[in-house]
Amino acid sequence: MGTGLTRFGRRMRWVPSGLTRLGKQFSTSVCDNNPPAKSFNLYTAINQALHIALETDPRAYVFGEDVGFGGVFRCTTGLADRFGKTRVFNTPLCEQGIVGFAIGLAAMGNRAIAEIQFADYIFPAFDQLVNEAAKFRYRSGNQFNCGGLTVRAPYGAVGHGALYHSQSPEAFFCHVPGLKVVIPRSPREAKGLLLSSIRDPNPVVFFEPKWLYRLSVEEVPEHDYMLPLSEAQVIREGSDITLVGWGAQLSIMEQACIDAEKEGISCELIDLKTLIPWDKETVEASVRKTGRLLISHEAPVTGGFGAEIAASIVERCFLRLEAPVARVCGLDTPFPLVFEPLYMPTKNKVLDSIKSTVNY
Amino acid sequence: MALSHLFSSSRSSTLLKPLTTSYLLRRPISTDSTPLTIETSVPFTSHQCEAPSRAVDTSPKELLTFFRDMALMRRMEIAADSLYKAKLVRGFCHLYDGQEAVAIGMEAAITKKDAIITAYRDHCAFLGRGGNLLQIFSELMGRIDGCSRGKGGSMHFYKKDANFYGGHGIVGAQVPLGCGLAFAQKYSKDEAVTFALYGDGAANQGQLFEALNISALWDLPVILVCENNHYGMGTAEWRAAKSPAYYKRGDYVPGLKVDGMDALAVKQACKFAKEHALKNGPIILEMDTYRYHGHSMSDPGSTYRTRDEITGVRQERDPIERIRKLILSHDLATEKELKDIEKEMRKQVDDAIAQAKESPMPDPSELFTNVYVKGYGVESYGADRKEFRGVLP
Ligand SMILES: Cc1ncc(C[n+]2csc(CCOP(=O)(O)OP(=O)(O)O)c2C)c(N)n1
Ligand SMILES: [Mg+2]
Repeated sequence: MGTGLTRFGRRMRWVPSGLTRLGKQFSTSVCDNNPPAKSFNLYTAINQALHIALETDPRAYVFGEDVGFGGVFRCTTGLADRFGKTRVFNTPLCEQGIVGFAIGLAAMGNRAIAEIQFADYIFPAFDQLVNEAAKFRYRSGNQFNCGGLTVRAPYGAVGHGALYHSQSPEAFFCHVPGLKVVIPRSPREAKGLLLSSIRDPNPVVFFEPKWLYRLSVEEVPEHDYMLPLSEAQVIREGSDITLVGWGAQLSIMEQACIDAEKEGISCELIDLKTLIPWDKETVEASVRKTGRLLISHEAPVTGGFGAEIAASIVERCFLRLEAPVARVCGLDTPFPLVFEPLYMPTKNKVLDSIKSTVNY
Repeated sequence: MALSHLFSSSRSSTLLKPLTTSYLLRRPISTDSTPLTIETSVPFTSHQCEAPSRAVDTSPKELLTFFRDMALMRRMEIAADSLYKAKLVRGFCHLYDGQEAVAIGMEAAITKKDAIITAYRDHCAFLGRGGNLLQIFSELMGRIDGCSRGKGGSMHFYKKDANFYGGHGIVGAQVPLGCGLAFAQKYSKDEAVTFALYGDGAANQGQLFEALNISALWDLPVILVCENNHYGMGTAEWRAAKSPAYYKRGDYVPGLKVDGMDALAVKQACKFAKEHALKNGPIILEMDTYRYHGHSMSDPGSTYRTRDEITGVRQERDPIERIRKLILSHDLATEKELKDIEKEMRKQVDDAIAQAKESPMPDPSELFTNVYVKGYGVESYGADRKEFRGVLP
């Protein structure tokens, strides 16, 4: 509800630019020839992606509550001036209408990029996403689809967002075949993954870690590039335990990995990036190597996407596992007002769990 | 009215003394409740119904109460602003200053048997229902003396004993809930109604139209109060609504457009609407009002509207100034007496804040209570596992 993130997140966060990209390299070639890159924060990277999306496809549109003015998190700044009010426009306050409209627009072969102001407000549009967007192609025997649909929404904790500005609803959408769910961890990732999501021929729900909008800064190539969907990335190599996460939680997990390393535990950290359809092979290969798995997300533990990962990996790696799969997640409560630090899967909780899993 | 119990006993003396001194110059205080008739600022505009009279019955006592209550609300919201800036208030915070006449006028027309349900801009509605300042400031700061025991914060004030069904975070969601409340009231034949409040932005949510149809279909005693402050966050009403005549948007549901800056007009409209709703079912009241603050604390409120617009409203239509002028022109109190009232309100607010700051934070185990009726044994530990660990109820 705020117009800006200035007060959010005074807690210092790890900045993903320091990441060594081991493991899988970006599979798109554009990144390889050292193109010009400058430091940008996450919301600016999103803004760049939207500029490029509109620039490169005359049939792309951006709309949502207050997006004509730049949106509450400034992600759509300058778009209306540049591309005009017929392609970038404000909608009334009506999420169900916004998404339904977007599905129709996409069904006519357009790229409909809809913003839901906070992920907490996506629920009025839940029916449209679950029953209309996800099944359009299937139930029409491939006559129609809304593949050009991308719904962007800021998700997750910000330090004091309380019940309705902090939720992480990704798991609800992971239960819906026909949708893709993508969550970036940093500015460079956000730009490349958003462009891929917009251009993907399937409807995508794209959750942006709002805590990182301003805090996360790294070099972002200025040109048009895409990062592959459904490809996880090993962002830190290790041999004792595999950690899987996405979005803002990766920075917390990275800190725990660093602390664990001081105690002689070597952690492998994987950014899942796309939650459905997800890259089981990368996770499986890592767990086959380490023999242990920990999953961490902000959403409540019960029914969270961590449960799905745990079940799949147990199926695939049962005999290789040396400890139960650990989940360090949000608690099974509404997102609290004053108890956010208790609720959150903090670094210490992750670290504790790494140790107990390794020492199992 | 509603807030009377808040006033310390000293209040009668501050007010009575000067009034008695000037006994010879003015109506004596004993005629406090002498009927007075005052015309509303502008006529009501109606849709599918006949508008009530512009002549509103009131009394010197009521006018002074209006003044006092609105001065308290204004002061309270300004103090909440400072607390937020001092980082004592967490979460999101939406202030009501400018819109006080709606809360005040509505309370003057109804009883605590009637229900009120609103959105997140709920501080003053709660105060109007008889909530106290300590509960408000404690809730804002997430302390146990808060009206929701520190678990809701600014957007989630409730008061069951006064049928205040409280503050809701999802825009528009509270309106169909209001229909359910009204159905229950009708079913139990308790001659009470529900006032379901929402904003001009919320008026465009599909739920609004579902609520309208349901309430009209079943003749529910619900009054849909659109607090039209002309902006939904940064979006001016005309950018978001094909027809910003919200009182007409119920089509088959009657409506009334009211000057929401005139507490007496609000009172008249709410009285009319309650009678109507009990007899004929739903009605929309569009309150033409204005919020002085930005939408929430991170919005300076000056990028999408002009300074001139804001000062214009403050000078021409301010709800407190309107009552002040009425009191002065009818010679019901002196300027000094009104200033003293404002000072006293300020003191009450300051005292309540001091007290609220002493209120403890809720116990960590409260994180797990009220999720279900019975706890379910969640195991948890703190940010640092060593600090706090336990299996909670
Ligand atoms: C479903 C939903 N969408 C968006 C929001 C974010 N939001 C909160 S208040 C608001 C504007 C509402 O304006 P209005 O109804 O006019 O009420 P006002 O704030 O002016 O009192 C918006 C967009 C929300 N809380 N819930
Ligand atoms: Mg409004």
